[in-house]
Amino acid sequence: MTNEGRQVVIPGQILGEIPALQPGRGTFVENKKIFAERLGVMNIQEKFIHIIPLKGRYDPVVGDFVIGVVLEASTSNWMVDINAPYPALLHVNEVPWEIEFADTEKYLNTGDTILAKVLSVDESKKLQITLNDRNLFKLKGGHLIEFEPSVYRRIIGKKYSMIEIIQKYTRCRIKVGKNGRIWIDGDADGIEKVLAAISMIEREAITFGLTDRIEEFLKKDAKDVR
Amino acid sequence: MTIVPAIKRDYITKLAEQGKRIDGRGFDQYRPIEIETKVVNKAEGSARVKIGNTQVLCGIKMDIGEPFPDTPTTGVMSTAAEFVPLASPDFESGPPREDAIELARVVDRGVRESQVIQLEKLCITPGEKVWLVFIDIHILDYDGNLFDAASLAALAALLTTKVPISRFIKNLDEKDRASWQQQLLDIYTIPGIDEAPFGSDDTNNTQVTINDFPLPMIEPPISCTAVKINDFVLFDSCFDEEIIADARLTVATDHKGDIRAMQKGLSGSFSREEIQKVIKGALDNGQEIRKILNQSIGK
Amino acid sequence: MKSDRELINSEGRRLDGRSPHDLRKIKIEAGVLHRADGSCSLEWGGNKVLVAVYGPREAVPRHVQNPLKAIVQARYNMAAFSVEDRKRPGPDRRSVEISKVISEALEKVVLIEQFPRASIDVNIEVLDAEAGTRCAGLTAAGVALVDAGIPLRDIPVACAAGKIGGRVVLDLGKEEDNYGDADLPIAISPRTGEVLLLQMDGHLTIDEFNEAFDLAMKGCYEVSEIQKKAILQKYQSAAAEVQE
Repeated sequence: MTNEGRQVVIPGQILGEIPALQPGRGTFVENKKIFAERLGVMNIQEKFIHIIPLKGRYDPVVGDFVIGVVLEASTSNWMVDINAPYPALLHVNEVPWEIEFADTEKYLNTGDTILAKVLSVDESKKLQITLNDRNLFKLKGGHLIEFEPSVYRRIIGKKYSMIEIIQKYTRCRIKVGKNGRIWIDGDADGIEKVLAAISMIEREAITFGLTDRIEEFLKKDAKDVR
Repeated sequence: MTIVPAIKRDYITKLAEQGKRIDGRGFDQYRPIEIETKVVNKAEGSARVKIGNTQVLCGIKMDIGEPFPDTPTTGVMSTAAEFVPLASPDFESGPPREDAIELARVVDRGVRESQVIQLEKLCITPGEKVWLVFIDIHILDYDGNLFDAASLAALAALLTTKVPISRFIKNLDEKDRASWQQQLLDIYTIPGIDEAPFGSDDTNNTQVTINDFPLPMIEPPISCTAVKINDFVLFDSCFDEEIIADARLTVATDHKGDIRAMQKGLSGSFSREEIQKVIKGALDNGQEIRKILNQSIGK
Repeated sequence: MKSDRELINSEGRRLDGRSPHDLRKIKIEAGVLHRADGSCSLEWGGNKVLVAVYGPREAVPRHVQNPLKAIVQARYNMAAFSVEDRKRPGPDRRSVEISKVISEALEKVVLIEQFPRASIDVNIEVLDAEAGTRCAGLTAAGVALVDAGIPLRDIPVACAAGKIGGRVVLDLGKEEDNYGDADLPIAISPRTGEVLLLQMDGHLTIDEFNEAFDLAMKGCYEVSEIQKKAILQKYQSAAAEVQE
């Protein structure tokens, strides 16, 4: 964590020059000068300048866990919305079920929600996702909310510490997709508490000690309930 | 088209069974309502209404034109709504689709049938020239309940509309001016219009100067809309509730507590008891909204 | 049409009290709409515009898709009540043309090659019109694109110069536009000085054109600073929020 990197940058802003610095994610180069290509926060790691976006669609990366909503089922695949610019394709070979031809709707239908993994992103940005991995499945019950994909890390906390604490105090099951979607399952009061905690995380400006503050908030809430 | 995740649909109905809504409101409760008037300089009247995240802008333009042959002494009003693609990822550009036309017609009826605008006072020369009132509704941000936001915006805009006679006086000939003066004498007796709409120019006394004056209006009815999800009736639906709603009912009630307009929409149905429930909720909420409306126009 | 009114007096004062090199008052706010991916509201003199950006999203219908890059679809629309005489709702030839030149101007700064087959939709609503709506719309679109998190080479900005009463002036007002001698709206990429949009009507000598062009450029740089301030005002506090 570098503090000098905490600077909001806007598209077209000059960030540095090659070779003193190197262009990273969210930057572009013209005449050896490095510019920001989008609204975000500048971060320098080992000479590489990255922009952590503050806004924008989810940019899929192979291996990401995402929460998808099925748009349509066809004979040998499904099209799934994962909050990216493009819908993702889920092929029948990429699900853990034996599916007869044209029987796709029996397993997943329009409006169903799945926890999936990004399988491939090709040059023309054609996306494929898979359910063939442990911990991937169709989500049933609970509640689904969306958040700005850029606050993903803040929501899960260091090594999932934030999510673990929230789960502990609310007795809810929580799955966080990197694509800006959270699935929460539990009783109504528990879900309400999770929503309050998450909106607090989104609002809080200072990340230092945020996990402790959220724990404090949930503890107090737990007492109030009793 | 937005696909609603089945999980969200189930969650909203599960909550409803426990008497709750996704944003924590009661079934009859509205989101915060804000009304801002005089937001468009070029319009004769305008208002921006926010209900929660929903935002609607209404502008009123006036012109002088011919009356309809069967009503030679009444002004003409027309209402249009634009679902511009600014307001929702699902709105498309192009000619108004049936949703926009239904909305415009429901707002129009709420104003027209209860004679909110006193159109008979907007005649200049019988059979030849009358005032035309154009109500244009622009949806800016769609998070549910456009019917209430649009009709409230239309009312707030109309209630702050000034008839632009100073701009149009040059278009009127001697006969029209004389006729209009007679009409003005009538309008001037309307309670609520307290500024003199006309005065004479002392220097040569041949030219009549005329000030713009408020559109002659009566106390309007207020529209309140509820939707039905499974067997639950919820007022002021947000977008997530609205897209899973089975049926919708708008009820406009006046300050005396009478019903002035209704519109049932969507493919679901209401029972008689449910309709009574909506009427009751519309009366209660209508009173509150009327206060907010009056406050916004400085009444 | 010539006016019998004097648009600029011998001391160089204009009808609204501005000097020849002054802009009208500009107010910009980023992120004002809930449903849009990015948005901006902008007031420029008596103009009021609201812009919403949606995307990048898969372009529909399919035949408009470009397999190699995104398309930028600006749609300029005037509200019926935004002008003195009510305008019939919906697109007319003027708004179609303005939409086209704005789309093309924006396409130059959006990193469209990152999003093959996609469209980036820029909806410009003119709510109050008083000369210079295309510049106001394009400038607001620049801010809304940033607010939507769209990758850009630069934040595009626009401003006009013109000629009234025989003098070259910045940013024509309503009367000046109606009764002036020439209008020259331009849009630029302020980082490189590249011209993205240029239109002219009226009558200018070559020297007057050069003077007007320089003045419009100067105006663009001034407006560009206001754009940046509006974006930073909205997002500065977010700086501390992001954990790497």
